[in-house]
Amino acid sequence: MTGVFMEQHIVKVKNKKGVRVIPGFGLSMGVTLAMLGCLVLIPLASIFLSASRLGFGEFIGVVTSRQVVSGYVVSLSCAFLAALVNAVFGIVLAWVLVRYEFPGKRLMDGMIELPFALPTAVAGIALTYLYSDQGWIGSLFAKVGIKIAYTRIGITIAMVFVGIPFVVRAVQPVLEKLDRQYEEAAMMLGANKPYTFFRVILPELFPALLAGFGLAFARGIGEYGSVVFIAGNIPYKTQIAPLLIMTKLEQYKYADATAIALVLLLISFLLMFLINSIQIYMQRFSKA
Amino acid sequence: MADKNEKDLDRDLVGDGIHSIQKVIQPHKAYSRPVIKYILIGVSVLFLAVMLGIPLIVVAVNALSDGWAAYKEAVLDEYTVKALLLTLLATVSAVAVNTVFGVFAAYLLSKFYFKGRQILATLIDIPFSISPVIAGLVFILTFGNIGWMGDFLKAHDIKIVFAVPGVILATIFVTFPFVFRELFPVLNAQGKDEEEAAALMGAGGFTIFRRITFPHIRWALLYGVILCTARAMGEFGAVSVISGHLRGKTNTLPLHVEILYNEFNTTAAFAVSSILVILAVLILIARNIVEWKRK
Repeated sequence: MTGVFMEQHIVKVKNKKGVRVIPGFGLSMGVTLAMLGCLVLIPLASIFLSASRLGFGEFIGVVTSRQVVSGYVVSLSCAFLAALVNAVFGIVLAWVLVRYEFPGKRLMDGMIELPFALPTAVAGIALTYLYSDQGWIGSLFAKVGIKIAYTRIGITIAMVFVGIPFVVRAVQPVLEKLDRQYEEAAMMLGANKPYTFFRVILPELFPALLAGFGLAFARGIGEYGSVVFIAGNIPYKTQIAPLLIMTKLEQYKYADATAIALVLLLISFLLMFLINSIQIYMQRFSKA
Repeated sequence: MADKNEKDLDRDLVGDGIHSIQKVIQPHKAYSRPVIKYILIGVSVLFLAVMLGIPLIVVAVNALSDGWAAYKEAVLDEYTVKALLLTLLATVSAVAVNTVFGVFAAYLLSKFYFKGRQILATLIDIPFSISPVIAGLVFILTFGNIGWMGDFLKAHDIKIVFAVPGVILATIFVTFPFVFRELFPVLNAQGKDEEEAAALMGAGGFTIFRRITFPHIRWALLYGVILCTARAMGEFGAVSVISGHLRGKTNTLPLHVEILYNEFNTTAAFAVSSILVILAVLILIARNIVEWKRK
């Protein structure tokens, strides 16, 4: 099956002389490269240009200073925790939306994208208000001595907020397409429900879940608007890496800002590479 | 003795048979036990209410906490209106530029095969994966006083950083892949047989696009435009870095919210936020209508 598909594919790709029948290759190539170059690649190259002027020793000095390292640690740990929370609730939400019928389901489905549509600054001030010591939810926790706003818990909550849609929208389509025969077979063979879920369904969902987790993680690391208000900018404690870049810029320390940004950029690229690899693996997996 | 055994066997078989037939006919009913179903739905509703619902109520309640008159004053304030206009300008520019790019790039990557196709697709996705703060920073490092184009721009008296063009450029950057990402899978799945047939029958490039390609991507295009609008309208990090926060000049609506909030003018901050919430909800409704129509 796969072999036949591949053969057809190759025949389609390389017709005998490599002649392109469809017009517009030059034009669309030109427009694409020009716009991508001017608007994205050339500005992005500036960051590498500026960093190269920095000198290696200076670069390492900035990046390994205590404040900057703690910024990375806060960003990465909170984003990781938030992505984990989203992975768990994302599976539950996707499951409920695909498998159950109940009133208000369409509304629920439509609400998932709210963090995409709502401006991050608005989400930021609303969450800060809600979870501060005087806020509706924050005051409940303040009674038992737990502070949420201006701590890492608050940062994590804001990152959960921005990451919800990623996991749900990654898992949902896979769950929809999942053939129920396997579940039925597992049940006929005597597997109970948790066993069927964890041993039959979850492995099928895992690549999609991992991709969603990665996207939510990446978004959490880079997120600024919704986190900055609830973080409160306390050095060594709640200073996230993007906020450090902002602070350095306000002090006109462009070299420092560039160095911090470069490391963050490399982390993002690494994550993106991993997510892409997973998705390519998934495509092969689903074709086979 | 034998007779009885046979009867027993018969009954057992029938009993078991009905049981397993039921299992085959209604596996899902047996599978999704109501208790678990209601617990899971309850958890989902609670999670969404706490994470998404209550923050919206917070905005509404705080916006109106000083009464209707105060709300109206904050919303109709001179700086709010100017910020709204700049947000609209940046959003329209970003949507226009990214739609043109998205259509050309999706056409290129789905209808033609060439070396570096995969790399190009990855490069287009870059803005999606990097922090908005870095997106703002790259423009400062390019066009700012310290940037390599800084001297040239100064000599010709062009201001980009801490001015409106910078705000627009940053907005375009962060929303760059949105339209492309919606169009590409649709065009890729459609293949290129129809276009090839049309070309062989003598249709020109524009005719092929208008009569064959466009009808396939109509809804995906609208969907991409909606997503792009949502993100462009709410962009904060990138714009915050590059705008310089000049009130009435380079302040977008989300930046205006931040300024009001930092001045402890909470009611006004939430009042201005409510404009953005209303726009976001409208966008969500449009998104759902388009998705429903696509199916």
